[in-house]
Amino acid sequence: MIEERFDAIVVGAGMAGNAAALTMARRGMKVLQLERGEYPGSKNVQGAILYADMMEKLIPEFREEAPLERHLVEQRFWIMDDRSHVGMHYRSDDFNEERPNRYTIIRAQFDKWFSSKVREAGATVLCETTVTELARDDRERVVGVRTDRRDGEIHADVVVLAEGVNGLLGTRAGLRARPTPDNVALAVKEMHFLPRETIEARFNLKGDEGVVIEAAGTISRGMTGMGFIYANKECISLGIGCLVADFQRTGQTPYGMLDHFKQHPSVAPLIAGSEVKEYSAHLIPEGGYKAIPQLHGEGWVVVGDAAQLNNAIHREGSNLAMTSGRIAAEAIVQVKSRREPMTATNLSLYKKMLDESFVIKDLKKYKDLPTLMHTHSQNFFLTYPQLISKAMQNFVRVDGTPKAEKEKATLKSFVKARSWTGLFGDACRFARAWR
Amino acid sequence: MNVEPSMRVEDKLYYNRYLVDVGHPHVKVRAHTTPSPQLLALLKVCPARCYELNDNGQVEITVDGCIECGTCRVIAEPTGDIQWSHPRGGYGVLFKFG
Repeated sequence: MIEERFDAIVVGAGMAGNAAALTMARRGMKVLQLERGEYPGSKNVQGAILYADMMEKLIPEFREEAPLERHLVEQRFWIMDDRSHVGMHYRSDDFNEERPNRYTIIRAQFDKWFSSKVREAGATVLCETTVTELARDDRERVVGVRTDRRDGEIHADVVVLAEGVNGLLGTRAGLRARPTPDNVALAVKEMHFLPRETIEARFNLKGDEGVVIEAAGTISRGMTGMGFIYANKECISLGIGCLVADFQRTGQTPYGMLDHFKQHPSVAPLIAGSEVKEYSAHLIPEGGYKAIPQLHGEGWVVVGDAAQLNNAIHREGSNLAMTSGRIAAEAIVQVKSRREPMTATNLSLYKKMLDESFVIKDLKKYKDLPTLMHTHSQNFFLTYPQLISKAMQNFVRVDGTPKAEKEKATLKSFVKARSWTGLFGDACRFARAWR
Repeated sequence: MNVEPSMRVEDKLYYNRYLVDVGHPHVKVRAHTTPSPQLLALLKVCPARCYELNDNGQVEITVDGCIECGTCRVIAEPTGDIQWSHPRGGYGVLFKFG
């Protein structure tokens, strides 16, 4: 048994856990962080995009030190059918700024660096340690953790659950529900390595400029899902994900879908000749605002993916994770500085502060979208992409058909597929959920 | 469209680094005679294809290639069909890139 008592134990060394441990350690708290991987980052999977603003709030000088890949100058959205894509590209030289807004990163490398800052701040980081249980006293208050080491229980005033989307501790202890098939997506990803010059030529980049491609359409075969392609320095992160409930219902395989995506005529040339060096999979919280569990209790708080804090519409997750980790830590520091106990009432400060931040405001704004996308997935991910593609082809192909006839045919194809009421209903539903 | 034959998942897993905890599988399938729909779903949905049917028509798991996503836990833990834990500290998949 570790006799030492800590002010706080942080479970997990991902974005949320590192942000929390760093913030508390810097404020002089005695912090123990437990990570089950061999090194911080070895169990973590993300696309991955890093949002600078949220990182800067934690480590202002991160741009000089952290392993970053490319800063993003271009975002592409693709609506795909089986042979084509209709795209919207936004590229701006404004993003070649002194302090760029977004970067691609490789999580295993970034997290290792992030964790080194946590250690520098004075926290004890213990890897290769799986926390098996929360320790509670006779009044059911959380008083520490049990691990798979022989040390038995470790005690602390408060436990920060930063255990990720598939965290077992909180669910085993009945503090929150297990994720359900309709509020998590399964994404699979491959890392494709190519020479730097090849990547820059294929994506129209120079230096450390980067591009993000987000793709939706028939690639998810009528299921609620998306594909992504991110340019790193010497590799391309490429993946696709769909709701677990949709995989379960359709019997589609995730690797089959990934293969199909890779072979799409718009995608294949980007990765031709590459060497794959890793294949990973990860769950993504997609339930949004309505899936957020109780965030705090007697002696505990939950942060990041474990609390379902992910904005699926804007593809933002790790910034919500690090922000919730930081805010939870600030709340804990405040309670401690008042020399008050870590009770549910006192820790409600975390929820109050989070409610006032962009994290909950953004999730609240889109609270109805996850359900809409799920219940109308056939329309949004199959029918419309096909219609849009046909309309574009009709628009650009010159074949002697008068334009008025072409436009009539396009309109007719939309009405035939969805009917006037259907089109109007979809537009209203979407507008209402987006508002 | 020129479609190359797709790669077997088992071969993809060779890209990854694992430290297998021999004799301590972190996921177990409950003994059964006929698989439930949830167990059968795992044959397709597991991204590492850890679940397979044996000759008696029962679902079996080999955890060596598991990438610890937790999808099977979400589907089949509520029905009691599987028991899911994280591997012991340090064991399991070790992502180089993540």
